[in-house]
Amino acid sequence: MRSTASILHLDLDAFFAAVEQRDKPSLRGKPVVVGGIGPRGVVATASYEARAFGARSAMPTAEARRRCPAGTAFLYPRGAAYRRTSAVVMELLHELSPVVEQVSIDEAYVDLQAGDLDLSTDALETVVRALLDRIRVETGGLTASAGLASSKMLAKIGSDLDKPAGLVVVPPGQELHLLAPLPVRVLSGVGPVTATRLRTFGVETVADLQRLERADLVSIFGEAHGGGLAQLAQARDDRAVVTEREAKSISAEETFPVDVVDRARLDRELASLAERVTARLGEHGSFARTVTLKLRHHDFTTMTRSETLTHPTGDPAAILAIARRLLAGADIGGGLRLIGVGVAGLSAHAQERLLFEELDGPAPDPQRPVDEQADEDAQYGRHTARWNPGEDVEHDDHGPGWVWGSGLGRVTVRFEGPLTAPGPVRTFSGADQALRHTDPPNWRSDA
Amino acid sequence: MKLQVERDVLAEAVTWAVRGLSPRPPVPVLAGVLLEATSEGLTLSAFDYEVSAKVTVPAEVTEEGTVLVLGRLLGDISRSLPNKPVTIAAEGSKVEVTCGSSRFSLHQMPTADYPTLPTAPEPTGSVAGDVFTQAVAQVSIAADRGDTLPILTGVRVEIDGDKITLLATDRYRLAMRELTWNPSQSDAQHVALVPARTLADTARALGAAGSVDIALGSAAGGEGLVGFAAGQRRTTTRLLDGEYPKVTSIFPTSVDTVAIIDTAALTEAVKRVSLVAERNTPVRLRFSEGQLAIEAGQGDDAQASEALEATLTGPDIEIAFNPQFLLDGLGALGTAHARLSFTQPSRPAVLSGQAEADGEADDSYRYVLMPVRFAS
Repeated sequence: MRSTASILHLDLDAFFAAVEQRDKPSLRGKPVVVGGIGPRGVVATASYEARAFGARSAMPTAEARRRCPAGTAFLYPRGAAYRRTSAVVMELLHELSPVVEQVSIDEAYVDLQAGDLDLSTDALETVVRALLDRIRVETGGLTASAGLASSKMLAKIGSDLDKPAGLVVVPPGQELHLLAPLPVRVLSGVGPVTATRLRTFGVETVADLQRLERADLVSIFGEAHGGGLAQLAQARDDRAVVTEREAKSISAEETFPVDVVDRARLDRELASLAERVTARLGEHGSFARTVTLKLRHHDFTTMTRSETLTHPTGDPAAILAIARRLLAGADIGGGLRLIGVGVAGLSAHAQERLLFEELDGPAPDPQRPVDEQADEDAQYGRHTARWNPGEDVEHDDHGPGWVWGSGLGRVTVRFEGPLTAPGPVRTFSGADQALRHTDPPNWRSDA
Repeated sequence: MKLQVERDVLAEAVTWAVRGLSPRPPVPVLAGVLLEATSEGLTLSAFDYEVSAKVTVPAEVTEEGTVLVLGRLLGDISRSLPNKPVTIAAEGSKVEVTCGSSRFSLHQMPTADYPTLPTAPEPTGSVAGDVFTQAVAQVSIAADRGDTLPILTGVRVEIDGDKITLLATDRYRLAMRELTWNPSQSDAQHVALVPARTLADTARALGAAGSVDIALGSAAGGEGLVGFAAGQRRTTTRLLDGEYPKVTSIFPTSVDTVAIIDTAALTEAVKRVSLVAERNTPVRLRFSEGQLAIEAGQGDDAQASEALEATLTGPDIEIAFNPQFLLDGLGALGTAHARLSFTQPSRPAVLSGQAEADGEADDSYRYVLMPVRFAS
């Protein structure tokens, strides 16, 4: 652990929902839930207004609908809009220091020691306060919470203590003092199971944990986990901030609205997943040796099977062929609620293979009629509406707006943007030629 | 049963017959070698349901009979005996092996449980032993050693009149050899898929003989069997089932760049440079006018490079290969010069041999090699 509070952890507050409220003025101050909107959809982010009613990340969307009042907006995620805003924030972090470890789209660690900065606690606090202000300006009003400490663990705990728009500084030497009264769950590596187990030994807070001997923890949890807990309780964390998080695996999965037993349908799903995984592998500039098939049965039992090639490949047909073989050997009795394809063992080069259609099976038919696909989707209740709530659209006469709702061949659009006042709602035929999808709106008035 | 046989003759025969026996056979009797003493001499047989081997050697038989003893043990014993005549005799439930003052007493296994060996088939034709051995070695290197696609662990043998085409691929490379033979019927037509490892072993063991008889198809006295015979050695192998992929479209129809290089020099250079190519990382080959530059390793890893002379026709090309795959092909050529034909860096390259640097290409053996691609 270093002697300065020079590790920053930054977390954007209710990020997806905040971007939606910025781009959709009529939703500001109202409950907003972003996530899957099908029957088995899951909440990605709930705005603070929606959290007041009990909506939470990872909760089934159906549950969130029950908890939130009428008028709550349930929106389909707009990945492009979130990525664009995230990039602006990450750029601001890079201005402070070259060592930025982006953990996810809305979270990052920054090693301020690597920047050209005064490392006194007061000076660093001033820098971070200025950063939070700039983030608010540059993103069109989004807030972030930050933790400033001598280790990644403390910085992350700090950023979570005073959300939203908070900054918690843990001065060097104060780590144990800050940690002591907190519940053990704040420590990374203490999940619900460990917490329950600890409670049976009378451990509720980190202070309680600090009082246990390492030997006792090892006898309860084993060498690795028990020893790790003892370290965490003493705030010992020497993990460095690393710029490049090396991807170790890439995967894609699909949850079905209704359990699927039809192997032909699973095969098509597999082809599409292999395609997606290969595309992401390509974006990553990598090839893979190991292919993993993940299946979740109707009763939630989950199994994975994998196979490793002698040489890495980036060929969707090769990846699909293995996934097919693994699926052929798997029991799908009772139906599947989820199927996933993953790749691992990544490398920068691939050994090309000779292609034999007889061995790889037929390529999935790209000429499949759209109607047939749509019928199938409807049959399985998958949400593939042409107009998803929350999507950005543009109308020839009315300008830019977003899909407020759709159904029965009609689509309702609210015409407003990040720089306008709440706008009017209009309804069109779903087939209206004047209405089309468009890019996320720009929230900066100067561009 | 009682007989006397020369020590070298016995050792060679037992070693050959039991070479394919599994140390852990599916049923215990299959660990045995069957000894049959007749007026024609001593016949040794071994069988593991996949492969059968049978050889007859001259022996002084004083009492005819049949015994079954542990094959590997008899092999070890016969190889370590002094160079004197060996006496083998059944004595009650034992088999006594005597040589000079050495004496071994082996347990007799029950012959009643021993399976009947597949019928030795009538030959479909014959091929020169040395040619057959070389051809099989050239092709079997490209067969798949994995277990995901069993058909690719085989060598495809196609007979069309007096022409045999051997072919194998593990999808990373493909080797094909054409040779002529003497069919017993001039219009012979057969296609068979022979397990590559067994075929390679058989060809090595039989190739020393001047001529090898091959028996395929209905002549083999049953479906899915191939028989090989040379001198007094006869062996059968069960064929692999399944449809081999069509490979006719694999060979590029046009070629843009051709390079001719000294085979030994190229082999040595690739071996040296690939010392830094860890765990399947590729070697990069850069062909330009009169020269080939070979490189491996990049970034923080160790790096190596070497240049050698090459005769180039066509545009320059840079292409990368798995070094072992390239070395396998070069090792199989058997010619002083290697001929590499390319279209594009992402397309398969074809390796073949030729005797003279400026001579004719010899297309009887072709080794197709898929390149290694880097992330763009």
